[in-house]
Amino acid sequence: MKGAEALMRSLEKEGVDFVFGLPGGANLPIYDALVDAKIRHILVRHEQSAAHMADGYARIKRKAGVCFATSGPGATNLITGIATAYADSSPMVAVTGQVPLEMIGKDAFQETDIIGIANPCTKYTFQPRKATEIPETVKKGFYIAESGRPGPVLIDIPKDVQQDSQDIEFPDLIKVRGYNPTIECDLSTIGKAAELLLAAQRPIIMSGGGVILSGAFSELEVLAELLLTPVVTTFKGKGSFPENHPLAMGPIGMHGHAEANKIILEADCILAIGARFSDRSVGRFDEFGKGMSIIHMDIDPAEIGKNKSVDVAIVGDVKSSMKTMIKLLNKKMVKRSAENPWLRRRTELIDYYTESIKDYPRDLTARKVLKKLRQVLPSKAIVTTEVGQCQMWTSLHFDVISPGTFFSSTGLGTMGFGFPAAIGAKAAKQNVPVVDIAGDGSFNMSENSLAVSVLENLPVIVILLNNYMLGMVAQWQRTFYNRRYEGVHLHNCPDYAKIADAYGAQGIKVQSLLELDNAIRSALKSNVATVIDIPIDPEEDVYPFVAPGTGLKDMIVGS
Amino acid sequence: MSQIDSTPERKSSDNVYILSALVEDKPGVLFRVTNLFRARNFNIESITVGYSEFADLSRMTITTRSDDRTLDQLVKQLGKLIDVVEVRVLDRANTVYRELALIKMNAQDPTSRAEITNLASVFRGKILDIDKFTLTVEITGTPSKIDAFRNLVSDFGIVQLARTGVSALPRGAV
Ligand SMILES: Cc1cc2nc3c(=O)[nH]c(=O)nc-3n(C[C@H](O)[C@H](O)[C@H](O)COP(=O)(O)OP(=O)(O)OC[C@H]3O[C@@H](n4cnc5c(N)ncnc54)[C@H](O)[C@@H]3O)c2cc1C
Ligand SMILES: Cc1ncc(C[n+]2csc(CCOP(=O)(O)OP(=O)(O)O)c2C)c(N)n1
Ligand SMILES: [Mg+2]
Repeated sequence: MKGAEALMRSLEKEGVDFVFGLPGGANLPIYDALVDAKIRHILVRHEQSAAHMADGYARIKRKAGVCFATSGPGATNLITGIATAYADSSPMVAVTGQVPLEMIGKDAFQETDIIGIANPCTKYTFQPRKATEIPETVKKGFYIAESGRPGPVLIDIPKDVQQDSQDIEFPDLIKVRGYNPTIECDLSTIGKAAELLLAAQRPIIMSGGGVILSGAFSELEVLAELLLTPVVTTFKGKGSFPENHPLAMGPIGMHGHAEANKIILEADCILAIGARFSDRSVGRFDEFGKGMSIIHMDIDPAEIGKNKSVDVAIVGDVKSSMKTMIKLLNKKMVKRSAENPWLRRRTELIDYYTESIKDYPRDLTARKVLKKLRQVLPSKAIVTTEVGQCQMWTSLHFDVISPGTFFSSTGLGTMGFGFPAAIGAKAAKQNVPVVDIAGDGSFNMSENSLAVSVLENLPVIVILLNNYMLGMVAQWQRTFYNRRYEGVHLHNCPDYAKIADAYGAQGIKVQSLLELDNAIRSALKSNVATVIDIPIDPEEDVYPFVAPGTGLKDMIVGS
Repeated sequence: MSQIDSTPERKSSDNVYILSALVEDKPGVLFRVTNLFRARNFNIESITVGYSEFADLSRMTITTRSDDRTLDQLVKQLGKLIDVVEVRVLDRANTVYRELALIKMNAQDPTSRAEITNLASVFRGKILDIDKFTLTVEITGTPSKIDAFRNLVSDFGIVQLARTGVSALPRGAV
């Protein structure tokens, strides 16, 4: 069997049904083996999108997404997508072709040191040097990518290794000596945490991306209802908890919900579940959580104390940690009354900010568009975003009701992520509508994936909040640079409805909420991708805003 | 490979720590470790790698200057590297550690030669090479002993100098 065939068998053994990629000289043997494999290949128009598709697929399937690229420029084109997955702990296996072993180091045609380049943005990199090493490498690659704190793994296979014909065995068991993620937490830490939580007057849950990665939605709901705590999330954790739940308060942070940013400052005990205290969610590390006790559940020991010192650290998978905590609390706990001052404070804050935050006086504003989308879209629909104001408005105005149906490029904030990632998500779950809430600048970066969506019959809906601007950057120039605009005007070029048409997708321009309503309904029925181009005011700002370097208490609620 | 990386500003809360790690003996491991130090802005005073008591593992000794919090991160981030099988911070009071230095000095006249030879013997050093113009000495000891020797002989003019960086093991049974 050839190395490339061994790769296919190994991928099949991992249950891989889709790979996203684009061929070239150094991975031709892999593409030749793909012809006979029971794997569907999705041909992309740019390798970055292949990585984003694999990422979107992974975030919905909660299994590693797979992408292929050739050596040199093919491999380097993957890097932004790999770095995006790394920043958001998304499992991925990227397989690149490499020049033949004896050519490595000779500055061969399309040779790049992709192992060196990928090292800082992968969990691990492999370069098998014999065809016989491939099965074990792939098995280790998936194990590392998917277990513990997930992340991308790169496997760089020299062309001669792909071609080499050998007697190849497939191991059932592998062991990675230096890698032992902790799944079950230490029981004593749960005990300590429970004591703090039970003693607290104003406990709060801060739920993060780890809850989504772990799929611990029902555990979170049970725990929150047991403790009767308000639940805020990070932006990455958006949708880890139903946002229409009576305890939900939405995301905190730089563009968090005002009531969420407010209430977390008033809490006396924070239970952070699978959240890494990023600067975007907590503002200043030194101010956040001052005078409160902090409990941190995380699977990655290196996250404990990285940005924030905590009182109790519970290292393990949040699903299992929460289960243990629920068991313990069920034994220990006297149920709180839902009629307590802390929960009243929650309602009070929500009412106050709902009253005081006014929308723009226009028919089509980002907020109205997103509220409309929520009305029309079934709750099981999957929603992702591009990056910028479009993304933050989604965080603020689009409630995720069914847990795990929302994701976005949050750690890296990669423009151009949403659309290909939506296609990947559609591949993972073909029976639900998938929507990308996009800005014009971001969509422009990967619009060529329209070809993929149309040809591969993976239709998604693009809600294009078109402000003819790199709006988020323009907002910063307005706020911090005295409106000295530079490099932010996109001038309504190109015409996105026509672009959609040109690819054989459906392009609809809307001018009113009513037209939008019709367009979304038509898109939901359509079997091709639909781009709904919605003009919004280029001067519309995202508020609330916690300026960088300041604390949550310095939140500016509106202009 | 001493001083491959050093941050210019040294805080008073910083201490020098010695770390000992067992790492997979395969290509690219040293790169992963040094890349981690660079990417996370950790300081490396010295790093040594060589065979260990295990056939397929190398022992890496790293000395670093950092505060307690950074040290904690450093150990955890190192431990997270898949090729790092074990990492420990050595307690200096219960550790044997040594560095080796080769120092080539100007020694054209007989008095310099005599003096250097004397100093070297006080430091239990060895004369490794001698020619008309220079004298090369090997000194083994703690980094501060080597510093001291270096200071003493600097007036002769140091032509070349190579230090190995620290190697260390905990004392007694493990
Ligand atoms: C324009 C823009 C604006 C933004 N504004 C905000 C904002 O206002 N507020 C905000 O919060 N964020 C914001 N972000 C996102 C921000 O950059 C971070 O990505 C985000 O805050 C990280 O959230 P997290 O810590 O929940 O998730 P992650 O980065 O996903 O971290 C997850 C944590 O959970 C752990 N984990 C993973 N799996 C498990 C498991 N199975 N069990 C236990 N633990 C696990 C990981 O080790 C990690 O520590 C913004 C991003 C952009 C692009
Ligand atoms: C690849 C990349 N380049 C640059 C940025 C910096 N950036 C952040 S938001 C933004 C503007 C995005 O514009 P658009 O997609 O139109 O969204 P809007 O903010 O207008 O809603 C830019 C340029 C980025 N996040 N990603
Ligand atoms: Mg825009």
